[in-house]
Amino acid sequence: MAFPQPRPSRPELPRQRVQTLECGQGAVRAVRFNADGNYCLTCGSDKTLKLWNPHKGTALRSYQGHGYEVLDAAGSFDNSQLCSCGADKTVALWDVATGKVLRKYRGHAGKVNCVQFNEEATIIVSGSIDSTVRCWDCRSRRPDPVQVLDEAKDGVSSVKLSNHEILSGSVDGHVRRYDLRAGQLYSDYVGSPITSVCFSKDGQCTLAASLDSTLRLLDKDTGELLGEYKGHRSTTYRLDCVLSERDAHVGCASEDGYVYFWDLVEGSLALSLLVGRGVVQSLCFHPTLPCLLAATEGQVQLWREDSFQAQGDTGT
Amino acid sequence: MAAAESSESDEDDLVSYGTALQPLPEGERLKKPVPLQEQTVKDAKGRYQRFHGAFTGGFSAGYFNTVGTKEGWAPSTFVSSRQKRADRTVLGPEDFMDEEDLSEFGIAPKSITTTDDFASKAKDRIKEKARQIAGVVAAIPGTTAFDDLIGPSKITIGVELLRKMGWKEGQGIGPRVKRKPRRQKPDPAVKIYGCALPPGLSEGSEDEEDEYQPENVTFAPKDIMPVDLTPKENIHGLGYKGLDPSQALFGASGREHLNLFTGDSEDTSNLIGDLRPSKGRKLGITGQAFGVGALEEEDDDIYATDTLSKYDTVLKDEEPGDGFYGWTAPKQYKAKKWSEGEVKYTGRILDGFSLASKSSTPSKIYPPPPLPRNYRPVHYFRPVIADGNENCHLQKVLEESTGKLDSDMRQQSRHALNASQRREQLGETGLKGPAPSVLEYLSEKDRERLKKVKQASEQKMKAKIIPQEPQNSRCHSASLDGASHKWLKFLGPQLANAGSSDFKPFAKNPEKQKRYEFFLKSLKQGEEADTLEQYLDPNTTEWEQEREQEEFFRAATFYKSSNSALSSRFTRAKYEDDIDKVEVPRDQENDIDDKETAVKMKMFGKLTRDKFEWHPEKLLCRRFNVPDPYPESSIVGLPKVKRDKYSVFNFLTVPEPTTSVTQATNEKVQQSNSLNKPKKPSRWDVSDKEKEKKDSISEFISLARSKADAQQQQPPVPATEEGRTGLSESLPAEAANEDKNQEEESKPSMDLFKAIFANSSDEKSSSSEEESEEEEQPATSVVDSETTKQVDPPGSSSSNVQENVVAATDPSVPLLPTSKQELDATEEFGPKLPPAFSSGCTWQQEPEVPASFPGPSKREKKRKNRQKHKTKREHKHKKEKKKKHRKQKNKGNHKNKKSEKDSSSDTADSSDNLCDTDTTGLSAEELLRRLKQLQY
Repeated sequence: MAFPQPRPSRPELPRQRVQTLECGQGAVRAVRFNADGNYCLTCGSDKTLKLWNPHKGTALRSYQGHGYEVLDAAGSFDNSQLCSCGADKTVALWDVATGKVLRKYRGHAGKVNCVQFNEEATIIVSGSIDSTVRCWDCRSRRPDPVQVLDEAKDGVSSVKLSNHEILSGSVDGHVRRYDLRAGQLYSDYVGSPITSVCFSKDGQCTLAASLDSTLRLLDKDTGELLGEYKGHRSTTYRLDCVLSERDAHVGCASEDGYVYFWDLVEGSLALSLLVGRGVVQSLCFHPTLPCLLAATEGQVQLWREDSFQAQGDTGT
Repeated sequence: MAAAESSESDEDDLVSYGTALQPLPEGERLKKPVPLQEQTVKDAKGRYQRFHGAFTGGFSAGYFNTVGTKEGWAPSTFVSSRQKRADRTVLGPEDFMDEEDLSEFGIAPKSITTTDDFASKAKDRIKEKARQIAGVVAAIPGTTAFDDLIGPSKITIGVELLRKMGWKEGQGIGPRVKRKPRRQKPDPAVKIYGCALPPGLSEGSEDEEDEYQPENVTFAPKDIMPVDLTPKENIHGLGYKGLDPSQALFGASGREHLNLFTGDSEDTSNLIGDLRPSKGRKLGITGQAFGVGALEEEDDDIYATDTLSKYDTVLKDEEPGDGFYGWTAPKQYKAKKWSEGEVKYTGRILDGFSLASKSSTPSKIYPPPPLPRNYRPVHYFRPVIADGNENCHLQKVLEESTGKLDSDMRQQSRHALNASQRREQLGETGLKGPAPSVLEYLSEKDRERLKKVKQASEQKMKAKIIPQEPQNSRCHSASLDGASHKWLKFLGPQLANAGSSDFKPFAKNPEKQKRYEFFLKSLKQGEEADTLEQYLDPNTTEWEQEREQEEFFRAATFYKSSNSALSSRFTRAKYEDDIDKVEVPRDQENDIDDKETAVKMKMFGKLTRDKFEWHPEKLLCRRFNVPDPYPESSIVGLPKVKRDKYSVFNFLTVPEPTTSVTQATNEKVQQSNSLNKPKKPSRWDVSDKEKEKKDSISEFISLARSKADAQQQQPPVPATEEGRTGLSESLPAEAANEDKNQEEESKPSMDLFKAIFANSSDEKSSSSEEESEEEEQPATSVVDSETTKQVDPPGSSSSNVQENVVAATDPSVPLLPTSKQELDATEEFGPKLPPAFSSGCTWQQEPEVPASFPGPSKREKKRKNRQKHKTKREHKHKKEKKKKHRKQKNKGNHKNKKSEKDSSSDTADSSDNLCDTDTTGLSAEELLRRLKQLQY
């Protein structure tokens, strides 16, 4: 006689603010969790990259070496390396412990908007406004990219990787998925400049945020539209969209200072969090917990679910 | 440090060969170099390498001159076993050799080498040279190399037969004689008294002496030296023979051994030869002066003294019957000795053969042909030259050098024939290609003309009569002018063929192909280019018509039927490697309009999806731990094909412009043909270009301003004269163009069309907004600019302008970015970064107000009205004024900078960054607006 499976807890959403990090690095262009979600990186417009423990609210390290503001960053799976990109057209590979730049990849002709490690941190993929996605090799010392994906007709605003795919969103309104295993390029037209793309956790769907204030959930295989989410405002700026840790909700930053969450299946607005008066510049969802990082103005806020009890209870 | 770490991580995936060098200990000096005498070479077994073994001329002491071990040679053959006794082995010379001697260059090589029997005998220089030349020119190069490998056996069949008959080398040929092998030398001790015996008696005495010999012993006849008829061509003394080592060592077959006392007469050779009958034919050079050669078999005679008995000591009468008495001229055969009846066989007669009863008639001797009078006995080898066009010249030169440039010879020579001549001789039917004569391509008129010209020149040559210029040709050329006429002229002779063929350059587009055929037909009929144009598509614009005409001309030229018989044998390449072709992705994306409508209807899926074959780089696959989907292909990225650059298909994406505008673009394109076309028509192009010029601000400003002005002047619907000139003046930088000839072909960039059409009303509204603001709220803007001065470092002025703009626009008005034009404007430069506000200290305005939002529509109308009244001149005037203002402004900013520098470095820094990045992403209009804001 088998016990029935314990009923899975209802997916929760981050509703309370538990930490606020004053980053002190100008505008926070991007905030990113590391691979396990214990730490986060903030990319500042003052050319620095900072490593934090957002749960405790402590700044751990500052990485300096970019020539202009840092636009995106990512951590490797083993937390030993970081990569970042910036308006100085370079992609940098950092050593976490020493804080030194291990490698700088030059080759983009414009600002580099987004950067990602692959699963084993052997390749850095970066997308730039020069309409290319470039794949840089971390292992060898070759200075030129392994491959340049120049199919985009306009700047690349967002890039994501799965274990065998490269997903890029471009301002030309296309979401392109390069499947290395199948040797195919799937290009889906969305119609409006893409600001951000993500894979769903199950790897079946892609989420694309575009400048017509709409999020679209597309089937990865067929390109069909699975869901459309509206209500926020995104017309001008490059804003992030996220999927929650269990793919239950879809979130997006907005220009009106809120972060909106929709139910993925129903498409109804589930939650809107007031983050600040300014534009919510960047979002990052924790890989395993209902925990959200939102960057606005010069600060980063950590949001948790209602049931969460902060140890120090320092959050205001 | 960092580099070292990363290199360590790099080493993880590298494969290293060999053993690493010992790390150098700190502080220790490098070892001294090994002195020369200690630099030794050891072979595979660790012994010192001898470069010459004991058998090959070298000798080196030490244990390595033994069998190769320190212990020396150990008898390995000793087996003390009762069952298995040691075999008595016969040791050959190889047992005492080192392996060096058995190697390729040793004295007893084991590998297969060409033996002397098969070695090439062609060693003389001229033959060698001839062979080399033949080897180069031959159909299969290097075939003559086999001559080296395969050579005839040295032993001829005659020698073989003789050997079977019992002949041995060195013997004469004939029946064995039963006589004394040598004539008894007259003993000096024996004195003959009385008168000499008559010859017959002396013969008899010989016979007497025969009795001493055994009865049954016969002797081979003496070998006869054939008379050597080689002419004397050296400067040695008469009868001198140099020592020919090959003869001395191996080649003694046909002769007696070489002796230094060259056989002047038969007798002396007999004498010496008979002196040592037991030794047989001794090889080698003998004689005291030379000692024993290294390869000589016998050395028993080395210390033999040269006795006087070898010499003639007495002057006595020569051999009877000789008749030469000391004269050393070549002797005659003594035919009388061999009487007719005697048979000339050696020993036994081979089975199946019998002696001929009749001697064969002596073979007739033909005298050599008489030499031609002008024969020069020197021969030069000439390469064999294949018949062909390229070789024609060379052949001629060669023939001239031989002095026999003879047309008859050429005709007769089989190789001098060309394919058609040969065909005629063989009686084959000709190929059904176009006729090989160029004249056939010419029209009747042209042929006439040519003839005339030819005649004229001939006359000129002969009688120096002034040739009359062919009248009609002059008229013809006079009538030709204009671009299309030059084509006509160029095409004239070829057109006759162009239409009749099945050459269809526009087969994909049947309508166009039809037009092309019409075009050709009319062209053939000699119509003027103006009438030709009526065959072009009347629905298209003038510009396109011009382009199409050009394309047709091009296609017509393209089909140049090659004037040789080859043309029927070959087909034209499908894809010409040409500058007219461009590489484009093989799979084209679907039409964007279709997708747009699909998106609007929310029919995502097949309609919005494009699927391409995409080849990832191999290394990328490896890094992703993914098998390469296309292991065989060498393509990376999307597969590409070459397409016609000037085909209409490439222009399908360009929106249809109106006629007047295309003209305008043409003009502009022609004006500015020095700039390069941007790689991709991207929305970033403008900003990119501006980025390049960021350093020189004034240039940048003027560019932006002129651009914005042009867009202002450009009325939204059809372009007036004013708009056209404005465009051509003001947009030099943006134009996409190529060189003069192809400027019409070059694809106008998207930006151009956008600049002309899409944004014009929008730009106008935004820029005129400023104007209205100028007048409406002069006070506030001035205040604003003043505050800006105080707050900002000068470098960031433009960034702060944005805030000013924000401040200037009425914040109470709800701003909804719903209008399509507005969306376009933002689209043009992609999503921006959100405005950076450093830690809230300068945070005052509403953040979500984008700079470029237009005011309410009421205002817009007003602005439009104002716009109408503006004239161009005013604009110009304003421009100049603004420039001045700007300059002053800069100066003022500089002053401010110094005072401000120390105030708050942090904020300055961040805003500085902001400024830089913002300028990169800004549109020209926006910048202009900011600048304006700065001034008022």
